[in-house]
Amino acid sequence: MPTFVYMTRCDGCGHCVDICPSDIMHIDTTSRRAYNIEPNFCWECYACVKACPQNAIDVRGYADFAPLGHSVRVLREEEKGTISWKLKFRDGRQKDFVSPIRTTPWGSIKSPSDYEAPAADALNTQELAHEPDALNIDALPALSPDQLKQDLP
Amino acid sequence: MFTINPFAELSAFIPPIIMQTYIVVMLLMVAGGTLFDIIHKKSALYFFRNWRNSNGKATRQVGSGEMTSLAIQTAVVEVLASGEFCNVRRRIAHLLTFYGFLAYIITTVIMVFSYPTPAMPTPAILPMLWNVGGLMALVGGYWFWFFIRVDVAAEGNSPFRLVRADLFVVSLLVSVTVGLVWAYVQVTGNTTWANVFVSLYILSTTVFFGSVPWSKFSHMFYKPAAAFQKRVEQASGSSNLPDPADSPEIYGSSRQQPRNF
Repeated sequence: MPTFVYMTRCDGCGHCVDICPSDIMHIDTTSRRAYNIEPNFCWECYACVKACPQNAIDVRGYADFAPLGHSVRVLREEEKGTISWKLKFRDGRQKDFVSPIRTTPWGSIKSPSDYEAPAADALNTQELAHEPDALNIDALPALSPDQLKQDLP
Repeated sequence: MFTINPFAELSAFIPPIIMQTYIVVMLLMVAGGTLFDIIHKKSALYFFRNWRNSNGKATRQVGSGEMTSLAIQTAVVEVLASGEFCNVRRRIAHLLTFYGFLAYIITTVIMVFSYPTPAMPTPAILPMLWNVGGLMALVGGYWFWFFIRVDVAAEGNSPFRLVRADLFVVSLLVSVTVGLVWAYVQVTGNTTWANVFVSLYILSTTVFFGSVPWSKFSHMFYKPAAAFQKRVEQASGSSNLPDPADSPEIYGSSRQQPRNF
């Protein structure tokens, strides 16, 4: 189900261009609106559908199994931390889904450059930078030496 | 310079009646270009077909009072405050260009029609607003052109690459830039350069108003119509978009500790 853009809703902000992992969301040179330049190369990850702040991107079913009359729309509500999907089938059935996007407030994740650079002796530890603090746990689960089997053949 | 009516000075070379006729012709070109655009692209056909389709899916009837209220909301939020832009910088740039150009164009019309010659002293506020409006439009326009434009910011193209989508903003910026430079040169008394710049000013302004069928000039009519339709769709329940999540405490905004392990 590749994506397409409702031209009247798109304001050409470029979020979809930035986020598309397949680099197929581009800006039209006549209308300066986004469009999917190669629908058959679409990974159907829906990153652009979810990212679009204008709800201007929809997905189109392949004509052989989802012909006409259906729609898949998404509403992302950052302040609530939710993403809602409304699927309309061509026979009139409708399905609504609401899912949590994340468990922490929107915008609260620090970028790697916001953390302090680790000290040089951190190279001697088994932990990665900022573990375990950045995982919000006291310690990584690990076996102590006395828990290991001794004298293996 | 900021208090001199440049069109009154120009009346020594170009008679006021020619200037007034030129403005009327430009106005007719905008109206004609927009109508041609609507017919050629079938925008109105598409708009009203969409309108009928969404009316068919409506779950509730939107009354005329509510419709008026939605129209006022569209005018205030989407038109006057550029509320549709999600990017704050783009919104500010658009507001600067929008209000700057409005001030610039309205004062142009008033000065050309009401104070066309030095014999009729122009109130200082008019040329001042003309200059300030032009500068506002240039600040917003060049900011957009060099830093915000999605071709440059998201796609990484050179700011100097020109495509058809640029016709509107480029002709607007060139017209206003050349207009302000011409007004300045005219005050300095350099007749040769003033003639060069006024020729460029007329040329770029004619391209700006005459290229409506090929540029995005008519977005000033289309965008409010689309924004109004969006509001009506939401109010009548015919929108395909999901309803807002009504139970955030269940669906995610209740904060939980991550359960990575």
